[in-house]
Amino acid sequence: MFDPYKIREDFPILKRKINNHPLIYFDNAATSQKPKQVIEAIKEYYELHNANVHRAVHTLSLEATELYESAHEETAKFIGAESIEEIIFTKGTTEAINTVAYSWGLRNLKKGDEVLVTLMEHHSNIVPWEILSKIKGFKVRYIDVNKDGTLNQQALEEALSPKVKMVCVTHVSNVTGVINDVRHIAKLAHENNALILVDGAQSVPHIPINVKELDCDFLAFSGHKMLGPTGIGVLYGKREILEKMEPFHGGGEMIREVSYNPKNQSCKITWNDLPWKFEAGTPNICGGVGLMSAIKYLKNLGMDNAKAHECALTEYTIKRLQECEKVRVYGPKDTKVKCGIVPFNLEGFDSHDLALLLDTYGIMIRSGFHCAQPLHQRLELKSSARASFYIYNTKEEIDKFVEVLKEIEKSL
Amino acid sequence: MSIVINDYIARIEEACGEERDYIIHFKYDKKEEVITKILKKATLQKTTAKIIFDLKYKETYIRLYATGKAVFKKIKDKEQLNQILTELLS
Repeated sequence: MFDPYKIREDFPILKRKINNHPLIYFDNAATSQKPKQVIEAIKEYYELHNANVHRAVHTLSLEATELYESAHEETAKFIGAESIEEIIFTKGTTEAINTVAYSWGLRNLKKGDEVLVTLMEHHSNIVPWEILSKIKGFKVRYIDVNKDGTLNQQALEEALSPKVKMVCVTHVSNVTGVINDVRHIAKLAHENNALILVDGAQSVPHIPINVKELDCDFLAFSGHKMLGPTGIGVLYGKREILEKMEPFHGGGEMIREVSYNPKNQSCKITWNDLPWKFEAGTPNICGGVGLMSAIKYLKNLGMDNAKAHECALTEYTIKRLQECEKVRVYGPKDTKVKCGIVPFNLEGFDSHDLALLLDTYGIMIRSGFHCAQPLHQRLELKSSARASFYIYNTKEEIDKFVEVLKEIEKSL
Repeated sequence: MSIVINDYIARIEEACGEERDYIIHFKYDKKEEVITKILKKATLQKTTAKIIFDLKYKETYIRLYATGKAVFKKIKDKEQLNQILTELLS
């Protein structure tokens, strides 16, 4: 049974007091807190198994390699990938997207081509394509969003043409929590012979994901937003596409052979197998171990349960915020089309003031653009405050949050 | 940063958003001293339950929090911010 009160016992940080108030952590879209199981897994790795992975023969190296490969296997199963060959570990979502941009985009995009990016993307799914477009001469085209922050489907369909080679879309907006119909968008992209890259940073931690059902070509996500440590992320790619791609980073681990030919004084290099050809250098082994522990924790809870809990919290928050006259909530209100993120502002306060003020009550929210400036411009927002929920948040925390907002309102 | 600023400030963050404000995190053990100093030099416009102090210093709006944090608004750049902080904390 899914019990957030029991879950909370696994998170040592939630026992903290901030400014003499019990910590209320509503900044989960930025990063999640870590359960003791993940903390223990990391500690145990360094205390008992630490060594470098692959190509060594000693016991510790074997243990570290097995753990690291198991982390890939666990991740593959978690998102419904076929095998670990489709799972590349990266530093996070940003590096995963950059890997697609430079490994695939650098060799496949040219002048006259187009890459579609929605206006609700995080900067990490905009900037790599803008940088690359300056090098390769292709065009980045932006797909409009509606006034409520949902994707303008008509704009997307109209933008698709034979020029489009890649469609970049976030699964869940990190500002509004809007869930995009990735399956439908993938179908449209594929009918147009384009690939689709999905930013799963805000979806994989919160809703059940199956890459085969979504039929996405790439999916990028971060470990730290799903109970894992920072510095570990994932790029899923369809095997047949990854096989054709050249690596972005070069170094150890990602090669099979570097043979020097003294006659012409050059090296002949052959790549390692998938996924290692995309993981140059000593990887974040411990990060992988931590991510595996986080995935096991989430699997044990059940992602359907996590989603239902966060949707219930979101619905409750939106309903209770209606009691605050000066609070304005942005984006759709229907949790059928959104996840556990509530963007809002309080009249008379800018978002940073509001975040600082809530901090005095021990409530942690985020303020600003949330790395999604184009969406804020489109929604005509100077900035926004954002409350985002996870498995350990409770209705009582939302009650406290709303009561504090009411108190602030009264003082205005 | 000046010696004065180093003594009192833990961190300065440039806020994102259309308002390019600066968020100042004062050193926790110096927060009472900082609040006293700033309240002496800036003009108090409004206070809310002694948790928030809305202040004006020259052309700068300051929202100072009892937790030892502050938002400095209408600041041109970091150089101007450093100048104002030095004046307020000296």
